[in-house]
Amino acid sequence: MIKQPLIELQNISFQYDYTKVLSHLSLSINEGDFVALLGPNGSGKSTLLKIILGLLKPTTGTIHLFGEEATKFKKREWIGYVSQKANAFNGGFPATVKEVVASGLTKKLGLFKRKAHNQQTLIEEALQAVDMLPYLHRNIGELSGGQQQRVFIARALIAKPKMLILDEPTVGVDQENVAIFYDLMEKLNNEGMTVVLVTHDMTVVESAVTNIACLNGKIHYYGPKEGYEALTKEQISVWYSYSVEQEDMS
Amino acid sequence: MIAAILQYDFLQNAFLSGMIIGVLAPLLGVFIVVRRLSLIADALSHVTLAGIAGSLYLSQTFVGLATLNPLYLGIASAVAGSLFIEKLRGVYKHFEELAIPIIMSAGLGLSAIFISLAQGFSTDLFSYLFGSVSAVSRQDLWIVVIIAVVVIAFIYLFYKELFVSSFDAEYARASGLRTKAIHMLFMVITALVIAASMRIVGILLVSSLITLPVAAAIRLAKSFKQTIVYAIVFGETAVLVGLITAFYLNLAPGGTIVVTSIMILLIAMLVKKIATKRSV
Repeated sequence: MIKQPLIELQNISFQYDYTKVLSHLSLSINEGDFVALLGPNGSGKSTLLKIILGLLKPTTGTIHLFGEEATKFKKREWIGYVSQKANAFNGGFPATVKEVVASGLTKKLGLFKRKAHNQQTLIEEALQAVDMLPYLHRNIGELSGGQQQRVFIARALIAKPKMLILDEPTVGVDQENVAIFYDLMEKLNNEGMTVVLVTHDMTVVESAVTNIACLNGKIHYYGPKEGYEALTKEQISVWYSYSVEQEDMS
Repeated sequence: MIAAILQYDFLQNAFLSGMIIGVLAPLLGVFIVVRRLSLIADALSHVTLAGIAGSLYLSQTFVGLATLNPLYLGIASAVAGSLFIEKLRGVYKHFEELAIPIIMSAGLGLSAIFISLAQGFSTDLFSYLFGSVSAVSRQDLWIVVIIAVVVIAFIYLFYKELFVSSFDAEYARASGLRTKAIHMLFMVITALVIAASMRIVGILLVSSLITLPVAAAIRLAKSFKQTIVYAIVFGETAVLVGLITAFYLNLAPGGTIVVTSIMILLIAMLVKKIATKRSV
């Protein structure tokens, strides 16, 4: 079976004012893939994610989502986004887990429709999937980092997306919950969900990830995890110290 | 008291608009507080003052405008101010809070000019600054009713969009929601509520009716919906107690409403403290 590319980036460059962040980057992520975008701090990982999500416009290049030009792509609810836990929200926000998960339906419901007819069931199913159902009525600020993250995954899952995009999902999460997190991602991926996660966490290589993109200003490696594991430490460290600015000067 | 309300039109106007505002200000206030815009409400109230002072000056200077209700220009300047604040927040992306002192000083500066040009209108102005039980006209009441319908419809229709963009703005944008447009509408609605509230609580104290009941509600509520309900109950209580006290003691209602709100806040903080101690 030929897999459909869900994300196609062609020749993407991006710069903030005078700082060049991404240079002529091309990448294609197929249906059913489990991709980890690996890179050190400042490598442009978050920028690339924001470009994919439509939060930033690239300086050059084209983006296609689900085969459609990104600016014309209307089915944003097909992409479930899990923002980085640490800076996603104000910890004192007076909301329950139920309210936060329900907010994941906002785009899918569309304007003026207040709730889905089976909203309660959808919320419970989403929380069940991340093993957080007993916390339904708890205040979101009272939960631990790992628990909050699972609630945010439930918020993304409730709209039944075809792809999950996660920004630094293991930051601020303890080791035990990191393991639970990767198990959950593996399960979702086995059920057909395309998973893209951005991380500087090298333990990702141990998990169910199928493809690795090594990013630092541009894509240095993109391919199966096995290929990445076969690389020498020296090679990886050369990429990690790479700078787009250096390339321009040379 | 009830006999007096039934007897006098002006008291009916004050109490009815007070009760409507007691719902509106805290209802919108919950969203203002969680979106971290509390100070912007304050800045907008000062812009409203410029509109009111300008209108009072115009009606004094031009005979044709003598009957112009100052609320209209007040509303117009508040709405213009809200749009201008958004523009400024866009220009100073890294110093968004700069919009507040800029707008606030512009509002107060213009007000000072209009007030000195008119050389007076002290009683009228005093009622606009600190609220009044006796100065609310039937026309003012109708304006408040219309604003209430618009605001409640807006929050009813955009509740889920307002919630998600307040809780996690980046997530809302990444979901493909038109957060900028919603925020712009929200600012205009805020301006309307400020203009509607000032007849009762006064320009200088409008933001307190928007924020104080919410501050108390946040201490006690477990969910967002509960925060809204508590805030409205607290706001309504403050307005009623404040208006009755103001009527009997012949005080400016803005003062009595705010002091009642502060007392409610203190009680809420105390209740929270006791509840936390018990659960430990």
